[in-house]
Amino acid sequence: MFMRNFTLLIFIMMNYAHAETIQGPNLGKPVNHAVVEKWNRDVFPNGEGLPKGTGTAIKGKKIFEQQCLSCHGVEGTGGSADELAGAQHSLTDDPPDKVIGNYWPYATTIFDFIRRSMPLHAPGKLSNDEIYALTAYLLVLNGIIDKDYDINKITLPRVEMPNKDGFINSFKH
Amino acid sequence: MENQLDSVAGGGLLDRRLFLKRGLIFSTATAVSPQLLAKVKPFDSSLPAWMLKPGEPFSNYGEPSQHEKKTIRWKMENAMAPGNGVSWTPLHDLEGTVTPNGLHFERHHNGVPEIDPKRHQLLIHGLVKRPLMFSVDSLLRYPMRSLFCFIECGGNSNAGWRSKPIQTKVGYFHGMASCSEWTGIPLSVLLDEAEIKAAGKWLVAEGADATAMNVSIPLDKAVDDCIVAVYQNGERIRPENGYPLRLLVPGWEGVLNVKWLRRLHVTNRPSMTRNETSKYTELLPSGKARQFSFFMDAKSLITSPSPGYQMNGSGLYQITGLAWSGRGKISKVEVSADGGNSWAEAQLQEPILSKCFTRFRIPWQWQGKEAIILSRAIDETGYQQPSRKALIAQRGKHGYFHYNAIVSWKITADGEISHVYA
Repeated sequence: MFMRNFTLLIFIMMNYAHAETIQGPNLGKPVNHAVVEKWNRDVFPNGEGLPKGTGTAIKGKKIFEQQCLSCHGVEGTGGSADELAGAQHSLTDDPPDKVIGNYWPYATTIFDFIRRSMPLHAPGKLSNDEIYALTAYLLVLNGIIDKDYDINKITLPRVEMPNKDGFINSFKH
Repeated sequence: MENQLDSVAGGGLLDRRLFLKRGLIFSTATAVSPQLLAKVKPFDSSLPAWMLKPGEPFSNYGEPSQHEKKTIRWKMENAMAPGNGVSWTPLHDLEGTVTPNGLHFERHHNGVPEIDPKRHQLLIHGLVKRPLMFSVDSLLRYPMRSLFCFIECGGNSNAGWRSKPIQTKVGYFHGMASCSEWTGIPLSVLLDEAEIKAAGKWLVAEGADATAMNVSIPLDKAVDDCIVAVYQNGERIRPENGYPLRLLVPGWEGVLNVKWLRRLHVTNRPSMTRNETSKYTELLPSGKARQFSFFMDAKSLITSPSPGYQMNGSGLYQITGLAWSGRGKISKVEVSADGGNSWAEAQLQEPILSKCFTRFRIPWQWQGKEAIILSRAIDETGYQQPSRKALIAQRGKHGYFHYNAIVSWKITADGEISHVYA
């Protein structure tokens, strides 16, 4: 028993010593809150990270037709890029159809993805108001909200997606 | 015009301006050299031409032989957005375990950014005591470590879900997997410097490309064996693989290995990005989907003989291929040459490294008759690569990601090789 504990102790000490040897030169520059705010563009399901702004589907439809339709098709039914709405099949059909309305678990992801990545030909071009409007339009196309519903940082996280419970966490801590 | 090859003084001195025009003159000389060679009969005419004249000069950066131009990545881009697509490693043309840098597979969502390393920075923030910004130059001063590991896209081999076996070369089916020696700073060193708060459980990583690609990674993994890679196979990472910084997440699906890394956000939960919800999740027959299925489970493939090539008569062949597992080392690869009725253990080539390509080999006497050859990998956790039938029974056909079933090649009596579901 003593030997086993002793061995364990040595093992812990060795690991500790190993961790100790990796010491960096501490060259990271401390940054203030303003810099972090500017860089951080992550959005979370509870709305954390969403900026000011607002939009409705009526305005979103126009933006979609100008910026998105050429790849995502009429009313988001798909083209050279993903089908976003108008699923013809359910998730259990063969083959299934995966669109925002029947697959995406969180509405905040729509805002986040458009803001960081879309449109492909000019990412970063859309204003927050335009992104909220597009998000609203996509939610309307998927039958999730009414067409005059304002989407903003308060309302977006409250939008409950039909497939929010559709995922099984395969990663066990 | 004066002939510049004429002597300008005694003893064979040539015009000093000769070198200014050497391109023209030398290329002419090269063009006529075969005739010259024919006239000047070599002492030993059995020697090949390239032994009878000086070779090419040095080069600043070497290239493959002009006779190997067929060994290329196969590109599959979105016609509407050429920066959106993949290019595949030609596994069928390669040997050993290391993927040459120019042949490492690519998956870009909106092209390869041209990043100025002087202006690129990495921010670590969120649930840390000290948010920190690192320049690339400063990171180069940090202690580094190297690890050989594969990167495999979660969508690799997805043609395997199709009802009919795809007929293409191995790499163009399974080549969204490549293996390199990556060198960089252990992520734990940088996170220690920022001092993670107790509530920190996840990291959201972001790239500096035109999609600002982002994805969430459990912090336990990040501090376990992840590195911020700066070098790939000894040289600075290629632009298409993340220059100047790439997050390496050994053994886990490729999307987590964020290229052009610019930001790490320590959080208490995942961000639920598109890359972990709409994509890289696997729909099951029940209608539910697997999420955070990070590990790339054991897989193996026979790279030779393989489709697209022709057997060259009966006799002795070496069956060889690659095996890997995101959960550790490969412990065994078994090969069958009778459609899976009987199996023999293949030789594993050293070194056998964790989360790394492992080369296997086994000699085979081909009788010149129809045969079906296949391989299956077993990793150190005891996990065995499943048959296609077993995988589909478990996951259905519409998961798209994480296809790792046994792959079979049929060889006809004529020596033609095709992909079959055995």
